[in-house]
Amino acid sequence: MNTPVLNVRDLVVEFKTEDGAVTAVNKVGIQLGQGEVLGLIGESGSGKSVTLRALLRLLPERKSSISGIVEVDGRNVLEMSDKELRAYRGGETSMIFQEPATAFDPVYTVGFQISESIRNHLGASRAEARARALELLKLVGIPSPETRLDNYPHEMSGGMRQRAMIALALASSPKLLLADEPTTALDATVQIQVILLLRELQRDLRMGVIFVTHDIGVAAEISDQVAVMYAGRIVENGKARDVLKTPHHPYTEGLLSSTVHGAKKGETIDAIPGMPPNLADMPPGCAFAPRCRYATEICHQEKPELETGANGRRVACFHALEVA
Amino acid sequence: MLQYIVKRLIYAVPVALAVSVICFSLVQIAPGDPLAVVLPADASQEIIDQTKARYGLDKPLVTQYFLWLGNALTGDFGISIATGRSVSAEIASAIGYSLGLAIFATLIALVVGLTFGLVAGYNIGKPIDKIASAVAISGVSVPSYWLGVVLVVIFSVHLGWLPAMGAGINEDAGLSERLSFMVLPSIALAAMPAGIVTRSVRALVADVLTKEFVNALRAKGLSEFQIFIHVTRNAAPTALTVIGVQLGYLMAGSILVETVFSWPGTGLLLNNAILTRDIPVLQGTTLVLALVFVLLNLVVDITQPLLDPRIKRT
Ligand SMILES: Nc1ncnc2c1ncn2[C@@H]1O[C@H](COP(=O)(O)OP(=O)(O)O)[C@@H](O)[C@H]1O
Ligand SMILES: [Mg+2]
Repeated sequence: MNTPVLNVRDLVVEFKTEDGAVTAVNKVGIQLGQGEVLGLIGESGSGKSVTLRALLRLLPERKSSISGIVEVDGRNVLEMSDKELRAYRGGETSMIFQEPATAFDPVYTVGFQISESIRNHLGASRAEARARALELLKLVGIPSPETRLDNYPHEMSGGMRQRAMIALALASSPKLLLADEPTTALDATVQIQVILLLRELQRDLRMGVIFVTHDIGVAAEISDQVAVMYAGRIVENGKARDVLKTPHHPYTEGLLSSTVHGAKKGETIDAIPGMPPNLADMPPGCAFAPRCRYATEICHQEKPELETGANGRRVACFHALEVA
Repeated sequence: MLQYIVKRLIYAVPVALAVSVICFSLVQIAPGDPLAVVLPADASQEIIDQTKARYGLDKPLVTQYFLWLGNALTGDFGISIATGRSVSAEIASAIGYSLGLAIFATLIALVVGLTFGLVAGYNIGKPIDKIASAVAISGVSVPSYWLGVVLVVIFSVHLGWLPAMGAGINEDAGLSERLSFMVLPSIALAAMPAGIVTRSVRALVADVLTKEFVNALRAKGLSEFQIFIHVTRNAAPTALTVIGVQLGYLMAGSILVETVFSWPGTGLLLNNAILTRDIPVLQGTTLVLALVFVLLNLVVDITQPLLDPRIKRT
């Protein structure tokens, strides 16, 4: 692997709730090289969005705590001052949100909102920022970009808004792009266009990308490596081809078989029996054990560690070899 | 946009007509004989008839209404039964004072309401929010005339800082002296709208802060102050409506405060007209106030789309 653009170790995110503290992200580790794409998959509620938000320190400060190490380009994000953090957010690292309809401020034009980021990060004048915003809209393939600059978000279609969101994210040439299910809210044909666009931009600009999706097909299409999350932990991680072809974790296997057995693209995964555990009431052993057909005595008593095997493959399962 | 304004103006006509009918008939229903005030109790039937004819009170009601409306359209509301002066002149002088007071009070309500509302909305559930909300509720619940009396007792009687009544109209009164007469009545009048503005801005801000775009603004590296501007800008269109409506209420609802402070506005005019059953003054003043209210709503409706691009007015 080349120089890591992102190095996450022992990332733990806790939320203070009325029922006490819950651990939404538990000892997550991620290594991402320059220009590399990580597909982050897992059922809804497994902690994917919280992980991404933690990388930008976007979680509600009073109600959450983040610990561990998050190094982007060698600098620990968790130790940044407010000023450094502002330069980092939207500077080195940008985020694309799931719902382009709600991620833009409805009372400002799209052009203003892109320019705003450019002015902040590059110290550009209004005119320069506008010119750059126009370039960006062209880059993401928005037709008649001059007029679109002065559109309000509600005047654009969903796909166009998501393109504009991508343009905004690219405002100051980030090294790391965090995309949280960027196509889930879009129509199927638009989904594919947006994914192809992201893929192309990612290659041209050599950005590291974390792409959250619950669509295995999309993950296979776009990812260099894949990480599978379950109940706040990464349970399996490795090269996309390896993980998706020969899963070593029963949960990954379940996710894959649910798509193989004719599930439509974008459909929620439901082939695994049962429900993910409640974070406030976790089983003492492996969190997946209650739903796992390989589970034995030990699985209900002890938590399996994420062990590194050949080819940098990481799996957290006592029965990894049986699955393989 | 121009088309929309014209359309709204045309829509306002039937509303205004309905208002005029209500203004005219309400006064007719009210008990008491207006002539009792101007005529001696033992006046002869002849004199009564003559006086009735002079004020047009001898004709059928419907005729009276159309005569009144026709004159009102030319700005002639007749003559005051109590003072014999032209009603239009009385209203013209009074409305300036009321408008001045209402605008001053609205400014106070705006500054206080926005500040409290923003602070509370940004700190939902914290002690500072509870304090701001408690102050807002007392502002809404305290009767304005009572507050007026309390203010007079404290600031005029005990401290002697500010005048207690009147508008300070003498030739050599400077601007600051004139303004000093407005302070106490404005505060008394502003308490309720300030409370209402506080509560709506608090709710608006709290709602905007839960929106995903606030996270997105943070994610692109904006400072908390820049985000604050976005939040305020999002809350502005609704806040404007609330404030516009409040200004209307202040114009019409200042009877008690103007009476407490002997402020020579429409409220005091109405109050005196009610006490003396001065029908032309009552009808004229209520009509003008109602029209001001309609006009304000129109202004708010027209201004809103300028602040909120999602509202299309065609
Ligand atoms: N602000 C919050 N307060 C408390 N719990 C939260 C908060 N945000 C997320 N969670 C919890 O964290 C878990 C992971 O959520 P999330 O990362 O959104 O899942 P997903 O993998 O679907 O993106 C969920 O159980 C969710 O309830
Ligand atoms: Mg999510």
